[in-house]
This record gives sequence, C-alpha cells and structure tokens, in this order.
Amino acid sequence: MEANGNILFSGVGGQGILLASEITAYSLLAAGFDAKKSEVHGMAQRGGSVTAQLRYGKKVWSPLIEPGCADIQVAFEMMEAVRYLPMLHAGSTVIVNTQRILPPAVATGQTAYPENVLDHLSSRNIRVVPVDAFDLARAVGEVRTANVVMVGALSAFLPVDTAVFAEVIGTRVPERFRDVNLKAFEAGRQAGW
Amino acid sequence: MTNAKDDTLWMSGNEAIALGAWEAGVKVASGYPGTPSTEILENLCRYDGVYSEWAPNEKVGLEVAIGASFAGARALATMKHVGVNVAADPLFTASYTGVGGGLVLVTADDPEMHSSQNEQDNRNYAFAAKLPMLEPSDPMEAKEMLKAAYELSEEYDTPAMLRITTRVAHVKGVVSPGEKLPPKVEIGIAKVPAKLVMLPSLAKKRREVLEERMGRLRGLAEVSPFNRIEDGDRKRGFIASGVSYLYVREAFPEAAVLKLGICWPLPEKKIREFAAMVDELYVVEELDPFLETHIKAMGIGCHGKDLIPAIGELNTAIVRNAIDPAGRRESFAPVDLPPRPPNMCAGCPHRGIFFNLSRMKVFVSGDIGCYTLGFLPPLSSMDACVCMGASVPIAHGMAKALGEGAHSKVVSIIGDSTFVHSGITGLINTVYNNSASTLIILDNRITAMTGQQPNPASGQTIMGEPAHALDLEGLCRAVGVRHVYTVNPHDVPETRKVLKEAVELSEPSVVISRAPCVLLPEMKARKPVSYFTNQENCVGCMACIRLGCPAISWTAFEEGEAELRGYKKSQKGVSKIDEIVCNDCGQCASLCKFNAITRKEA
Ligand SMILES: Cc1ncc(C[n+]2csc(CCOP(=O)(O)OP(=O)(O)O)c2C)c(N)n1
Ligand code: SF4
Ligand code: SF4
Repeated sequence: MEANGNILFSGVGGQGILLASEITAYSLLAAGFDAKKSEVHGMAQRGGSVTAQLRYGKKVWSPLIEPGCADIQVAFEMMEAVRYLPMLHAGSTVIVNTQRILPPAVATGQTAYPENVLDHLSSRNIRVVPVDAFDLARAVGEVRTANVVMVGALSAFLPVDTAVFAEVIGTRVPERFRDVNLKAFEAGRQAGW
Repeated sequence: MTNAKDDTLWMSGNEAIALGAWEAGVKVASGYPGTPSTEILENLCRYDGVYSEWAPNEKVGLEVAIGASFAGARALATMKHVGVNVAADPLFTASYTGVGGGLVLVTADDPEMHSSQNEQDNRNYAFAAKLPMLEPSDPMEAKEMLKAAYELSEEYDTPAMLRITTRVAHVKGVVSPGEKLPPKVEIGIAKVPAKLVMLPSLAKKRREVLEERMGRLRGLAEVSPFNRIEDGDRKRGFIASGVSYLYVREAFPEAAVLKLGICWPLPEKKIREFAAMVDELYVVEELDPFLETHIKAMGIGCHGKDLIPAIGELNTAIVRNAIDPAGRRESFAPVDLPPRPPNMCAGCPHRGIFFNLSRMKVFVSGDIGCYTLGFLPPLSSMDACVCMGASVPIAHGMAKALGEGAHSKVVSIIGDSTFVHSGITGLINTVYNNSASTLIILDNRITAMTGQQPNPASGQTIMGEPAHALDLEGLCRAVGVRHVYTVNPHDVPETRKVLKEAVELSEPSVVISRAPCVLLPEMKARKPVSYFTNQENCVGCMACIRLGCPAISWTAFEEGEAELRGYKKSQKGVSKIDEIVCNDCGQCASLCKFNAITRKEA
C-alpha cells in the first residue's frame, strides 16, 4: 500500500459519484492523509459523462491527476471505465460496476454499445475488478446504495481501516439508511477482495 | 462544511469563501448564479447574521452590494466570469466612489469552458477598472484572501476583487476556521456627495484619487505575505498565481518560485529582485499572458506564452511538458467510444418545445440554460446562442435584415431566469421597433442549469421564503405584446398548433411554455407513476425515439425477428421505456398514434 495515491471516479451524471468520493475523502482524512478533490458541476451533470478526482498523500499540491497517473479508477459504468484510459497506467486497478447505461446514440439505434469493452483495459496490463454493484445493492435491500457498494470494493485497495470507513459512513448518511449502507459497504468490500 | 478531523474542515473553495465571508463579518451578499460561483451564496445564506439574496442579474447584484457598502456594511457580490461583463458598468465607477464598508466582488472564471460560453480572463478587469485583485490557489487560501480583501478594501477605500477559477471553486481541501473580524465602519447614512455623486466635475477629482490609491496598493503588494519568494534551485525561477502555482510546485518541486497572491497591482521591486536571483525566468499562468505582459513592460525578460498554452486549463503535465519536454511521461491513447454528451432530463418540459421546433422550418435564436441542450441531436433545433438575453434582439436584428415577411422565419427562445436577467429589454425593443417575431419563454419555474436556484418568477427567495412571483404574461402584455399564449409543453401536438399560429402573426407574439423542472423538490416528491410501452402495439415508427428522452430506447430487430415476434415483416425494431428513469411527462404518449404508450397507474 502506497502512502499517496490518485483515485479517479467516473460514471454518468446522477449515479452518486459525489457521495462515493466524499466518503472516500473523509476516510482518507480520518486516517491522517492530506487530500484534495476536484469535481465539475453545471453542464457536465445533465446525464453526461462525469468524473471526480481524489488525490491523497502527505501533502497534496495539484487538485488534478496527471494523465497516466491514476492508480485506481472507480468506474460506475463499463464504457466510462474505458473513456478515461489516458488517465491510467500499466498496473492501475479499475474497479468497475458491470452496468451498461446507453448513451443517446446507442439508445436511438444509431450505433451499438461496444462489445467486450473492458478488454481495452486488461490488454494494457490494467487490473480489472468487476463488481455487480446493482445486484449487491439489491441484495442488501436498497438499490440506491450501489455507490456505497463501490466504496466498499475500493476500500480493499486503500491504506485505511474498515472501521474508519464504517465510522465515516455512520456520520455521512442519514440515520435511517445507515445500516443498509454499512451492509452495502461490506458487500462491496467482499467483492473487492 | 463538516469536520474532517479535529478542528479542520473539508470544504470546496466556494464553501470556504462563504465561511470566509461570515468570518469577515459580511452583512449583505447578492449575486446571480453561474458555474463555478453558485455555491458561494447557496452556502452563505445558511449563516446567521448575513443577508443573502439572488438578484435578477449580476449588475443588480453588484449594485446591491455597492449600496450596502455605502451604508457601512461589509458587502459581497458573487458571479461567474461572464457575469462581470454584465456588472462592469457599476464596477468601473464604484472604483471611483470607493467604499463605506468593505466591498468585494468574487469573479469565478472557467478556463476550459467546462460550463461556459467563453473563457475570458477576468484579471484584465482588475487592470481596466483600476482595482486590486487577489487570486487564491486553494480553498484555505480563498478563505484567508477574502478576509484580507475586506481589510484592504476598507483601508484603501476601494472595492476589491477575488478571482477564483473552477479548480479552486470546485476543489475540496482542508480548511481551518478562523477568527471573526470586528467591524470597523459604522452602519448608517453618510452623505458624502464628493465621493458618491459621480458627475464629471466630481469624478475628475476622484480620478486622481484612483492613481494615488494604485500607488499605495503597489506598496502593499511589495510587502504583503501573499506575494512571497519561495527560494530553491535558482536555475529555473517561476512566477505563478492561483492554481498555476500548485502545478509549478508539483512539476518542479525544487525550483525557486515567486507566488503572487495579489495579481494586481504587481510588486515591481519584488519581481525584479526575483528575476535577478534566477538564471531563467518562467511565468506560468492560465489563459492570457497577463502577468507576462506587465512583467515584460517592466523591461524584464521572461518565458511565458512562448511555451505555456494560452487556451484551456493547465495541469502539472502540461506545465512540465512545456518547460522540460525531456521529462514528458507517456500515457495511453484514448479509445474511440460513442460519446456521452449531457442531455435534458427524462420528463424535461423543454424537450417537447424543441421537438416541435425541429419540425418547423424556422431559425431558432437560442439562449443559455438547460434548454441550450436542444441544440444536440436528435432535436438539433437551436441555430444561435451568444450570451444571456441575446436570443431576443438577435431574432429582431435578423428579421430586420431579412426584410418583409421574415418574422415568421425566425423565433427566439429563452428560459424564465434568463428572460428576467436580460431578455425583457430585448422584448421591449422588438415591440418598440415594430418587429413581429415570436418569443418562446420556457417557464420551468426555476433557474435549472445552475442547480435549481429560485428567481423573481419562482415565488420564493434564496432562503425558500415566499416572495412575489413575477407575472410573465402580464409583463409581456405591459410592454405591448398583444398576443400572449400559455401552453403545456408536455402536450406536444397542442403546443405545435399554438406555435404555428403565433409564428404566422404579423405582430409580436410570446408563447409561454409552463411546466416545472423535474428536479424541483415538489416534482421529485410525487408518487412514482410512469409511462410504459405496450410493445405489441408498437409499429416501430420511431416518433417517440426522436424525442431523445433518456428513458426511451430502441431495440433493433435481427434478420427475420420481426415476423417471428408477430410484427410486420418490414418493421425495423421496437421502442421501450425504462420505467425507473421515466418522469411521467407524457410527451411520448402524446406523439404515439398507435396507443403503444400508456400511463401506468401506481
Ligand atoms: C452573464 C451570465 N450569468 C450567468 C450565466 C450562467 N447561466 C447560464 S444559463 C443560466 C440560467 C438558466 O436559467 P433559465 O433561463 O431559467 O433556464 P433553465 O436552465 O431553467 O432551463 C445561468 C445562471 C451565464 N452564462 N451568463
Ligand atoms: S434540470 Fe430541469 S430544466 Fe434542466 S434538463 Fe432537467 S428537467 Fe430540464
Ligand atoms: S413520459 Fe415518455 S417522454 Fe416523458 S419521461 Fe417518460 S418516457 Fe420520457
């Protein structure tokens, strides 16, 4: 485990990427790291491709990850996992929710969703960790916790104790959703191992 | 704004600026939403003891802040970079009047145009309006600099500007809370016409004060801790401000750096001292060669835009590659994938209007808001978009240029917030100068693009308190529009009839499309009801697909599949609605002639 790292969150507007990146950031801070996170709001959020960049370490200067320097990508959609390939390097880990959200050109029948899209990653020596976040979230009883499932899977790759994540989730989500989110986190963590 | 650990906070630049405003004792804050500035007021309005509001536009917002400052209060105006263009008129003369209570204008610039129509560099405004400008690198510094800006504003009797960019506004970092600044100026009415009444004879005197003040500010820039030399390897020396400083520190951690926290006026002596210290001087800045030009004017040689791109954002890699190409790191080439552009939400009321426009042979003079997405396929029905409010006069100008009968070939389209911001004067002009074009006002009850802020037509304030809701129909009639229609955009065929009638008229007309944005809390709270496809009735005509609703998708048939599934041999596929995504607007159902789309009662 490294004492610093760059985590890229990617997905489609409305998938709960911001909450996932917030939980991760708070957990890293609680574990004693400095951190910075970049997001883009506005136009980018209307169902388009979105990212959040989180960097941690002893001291973080730039809020942006350099191309080729993302150590982990948490992708909430399969094609989005591949869209940010230039941000990754050989040896990066990509935790990917095996969900397909059709972009307009695919939904309107003009083009097809690319087949075996994750091969673009594995063929470049990038480790792919598939997680069926929806299925796991459904299994714990709340489909809307898919983003926390993804955090659980990510936690397996970070130098932060599970207890720290659990505490952060305890304070970040409304009381009545706490237990189900903790279960979602645990389910994700199992999938990440 | 919650604790990260101990007494530190984890905040975005905008949240930190709101905290800074509170710590600085700001009493009155006004502004207009605009990415990346919006969250400043959205956060500040939750602090006790601060009055916050959304103004109809940035000029009004700044004028409100100027008024509060004249009455002795510390005042804040916030806006995005292009908002300063709108507020430039009061800004340039407030520089002459100076302040009562401290007055700060925050300009949030958007290099790379993540969510903007241009990427102007507002440091130029500080130069042009003869005002001091501070430029933080991260959230913590944004808070500290805002407080310092208030002290400076009162001490030097000047409005001050704080310039942030997207990578400060929307970056989260660790922030420590600080002390509250005690007030220095008493609240009250002070009649000082020599300072506040800017007619020529008095303004001429103030003009001299401006020059003298700029001289004193230069002195401050020499000694301010915000302008500091961080010594290091002197082979390459860097001058940087704002977020560029962070990229320099990361790309060249050993190098000597002069960080300019005050980016206007510049500390000439300090710059000379630094230039003399280092072998080669590099100015690293995003967008315009602002520092570079002024440093070169001092007769100091340096590298700048000969190496560093003037277009778009910088980052560590761009800075490193530009200055030290040998240090370049390789990265993977992108893979060709279907793009995923933003799209209007499922159930968005704007979609039905653009669907109709896509079927009318008209030039659509557009404006800025969620509805600008009507430009994208499959609707593809916006033909121009320049700046807020421009849709109406551009349509009028085109009609005048095209001559007789052209009024039915050009329509303008504008959102409710944008209409109130700067569309009304354009409409007055259309009526006054005997045009006959049609204006469509998309009244979705809110300023949606920037994240659902209330506006003067919404019936509530920034705090969610009830307020007068501007009567758009009444206003249009009052300015002289005799043909004002109101339509429900979700009924697509009915709306088309009205649009056709309005466009044919030889007098000005306004069509108000009224239906709420689906992201409004009251819309989200509705019980889930959706539409669904009776696929056995679907004939594959694609009428609903052409709406471009994200809830509707097309499944193409394979060879022979149509017959196998009991459809006509020639049918190419069927349409399907994702009932979880559907937002119950009914537009697709109003278009389907085959009873293949029906509402599913809960
Ligand atoms: C001068 C200026 N100020 C602010 C903005 C940012 N901005 C773009 S559109 C918009 C308002 C959109 O609201 P509305 O017209 O009601 O359309 P909606 O998004 O609700 O469809 C804002 C605030 C801008 N582009 N220019
Ligand atoms: S936020 Fe509102 S106005 Fe904007 S696209 Fe969605 S529904 Fe339409
Ligand atoms: S009713 Fe039709 S057009 Fe409206 S949101 Fe649902 S699927 Fe989309």
